[in-house]
Amino acid sequence: MLGFTDGWITLVYVLCILSALLCAVYGILNWNKGTL
Amino acid sequence: MQVTFYTVAVVLVFLFVNVFLGWLGYKRTKTSQDYLVAGRGSHPVIMALSYGSTFISTSAIVGFGGLAANMGLGLLWLTFLNILVGIFIAFIFFGKRTRRMGHTLDAHTFPEFLSKRFNSPFIQGFIGILIFVAMPLYAASVIKGGANFVQSYFGIPYEVSLLFFVAIVAIYVWMGGMKGVMYTDAFQGGIMFLSMVTLLIVAYSLLGGVGSAHRQLTDLFTNPAVQADIAKSVKGGFQGWTSMPKSGSPMWWSLVSTIVMGVGIGVLTQPQLVVRYMTVKSDRELNRAVLSGGIFIFSMTGVAFMVGALSNVLFFNKTGKIAIVANGGVSDLIIPGFIKMFIPEWFGAIFLICMLAAAMSTLSSQFHTMGTAAGRDLYEKAMKRKGNTILITRFGILVAILISTLIAWATTGLPAAEGVIAKFTTVFFEMTSATFLPIYIGALYFRNMPKKAAIGGMLAGFTTWFVWVFFIHANSSFFLLCKLFFGVDNLVAGTGAAWMSKIGTTFVALPVSILITIVLSLVYRNKADLSKEHLDKCFDGI
Repeated sequence: MLGFTDGWITLVYVLCILSALLCAVYGILNWNKGTL
Repeated sequence: MQVTFYTVAVVLVFLFVNVFLGWLGYKRTKTSQDYLVAGRGSHPVIMALSYGSTFISTSAIVGFGGLAANMGLGLLWLTFLNILVGIFIAFIFFGKRTRRMGHTLDAHTFPEFLSKRFNSPFIQGFIGILIFVAMPLYAASVIKGGANFVQSYFGIPYEVSLLFFVAIVAIYVWMGGMKGVMYTDAFQGGIMFLSMVTLLIVAYSLLGGVGSAHRQLTDLFTNPAVQADIAKSVKGGFQGWTSMPKSGSPMWWSLVSTIVMGVGIGVLTQPQLVVRYMTVKSDRELNRAVLSGGIFIFSMTGVAFMVGALSNVLFFNKTGKIAIVANGGVSDLIIPGFIKMFIPEWFGAIFLICMLAAAMSTLSSQFHTMGTAAGRDLYEKAMKRKGNTILITRFGILVAILISTLIAWATTGLPAAEGVIAKFTTVFFEMTSATFLPIYIGALYFRNMPKKAAIGGMLAGFTTWFVWVFFIHANSSFFLLCKLFFGVDNLVAGTGAAWMSKIGTTFVALPVSILITIVLSLVYRNKADLSKEHLDKCFDGI
């Protein structure tokens, strides 16, 4: 689907998206924790 | 691309808003705490955009985007580290403790933070000097990236675009201090985000969608028409734009040990980024900043590297040549060349201010950090002189601007094909990780780390970095220091140990720094050189 033939490139392409999602999910779940 | 009234109007509005925000920062700066850490009350979105836009400069977009055109999508490993290490780990595991400890110790800069944690004026003086001497190299590469873009877009001389560029940034950093820097950063970060997302959509749509674009890029490697152009790269380990270089080849070492590891880890110890943690009032702001920070970085380096690699297909379809050949063999000109050739004019003007924003947001923080290193860390604290903090810092900023501009001007004579933008950036990031990472982790997580171990590890890391960069590593032989003293590119060239010159500095200097820190911690573990009261204060609430 992604059009890559090298597994390492497919892996890193997916990891980039997942790590951005991880940041987003963490930010949302902890939105009010920790205390213009 | 012709420069029209529309383009000039867009640029003028952009510059006006920046100067206005700098003035706003000036009006809201009442104390030295305002000038140094924005009064410790920044909004999480402003903090995240400021961190992101400071982190991402023209170096990341133009310099490393050009590298992706040469090396392919393997560079996305750096994007992965930028997000995972540079945002997630940085904010959660470094940011929260730094913010809290920085508030408790009333630290205003990264050198001051480490100095107060280990109760050592030497640390503040040493890091202050290091920042003031080494950071102009990084700042010069950012100035060069911005000035090159203005030069190629408007067709004005390099020297003129250089001075125009530096003058605008100097005005609002000088006036607004950290508040001016963060307000303008947030505005510039917003422009960068929208521009880069649009750029990715345009690039993929020009190539018929995501899967189609990647398949065309994969197929280009086997196209008979490009074999002569890529022959030299293939010899160095290149296996196509959608494949990693051959394991152990010079290109693989350069990609993995220098670019990915050097920059990917170095982000944790950037003084201008660490100080951002100290500008927010609670952990909640950092939690919220993780959300926007991760998405922002993905849309910056992720897009720049993908577009850089994909530009090969577009250049080939239009000119019959791959990106580097179509741009005269200069990797720093690939992204500007791509914008000129393939992007509609209405977006070209927007992307121009995106490039200005990327350079200005990074440059403003570099100027501010160098100014505080000279004024706050060296003059006031290490030399124990009294004076008006804001005035002294402003003088430091002025000197830093002059030094950085002179270096950027001097690099005009360097062969552009060297890709100095990415190289200068990498060398600075390698220096900060080798010198500061063990002492920084020790400060945050190892309560009983002896002061001698912290200082010893820091000095060992710096010394190893210095020797490796200037005398061993083939990638940084352009500094010519080794040639000057010994008449050879590097000390291992032509010997049985020549293979060592391929290994990136981070792979060597950081382990040495960590090892010395651990050994000295064991040697001095029973000779406490920091009082229990001091440590209780440092770790209050942690």
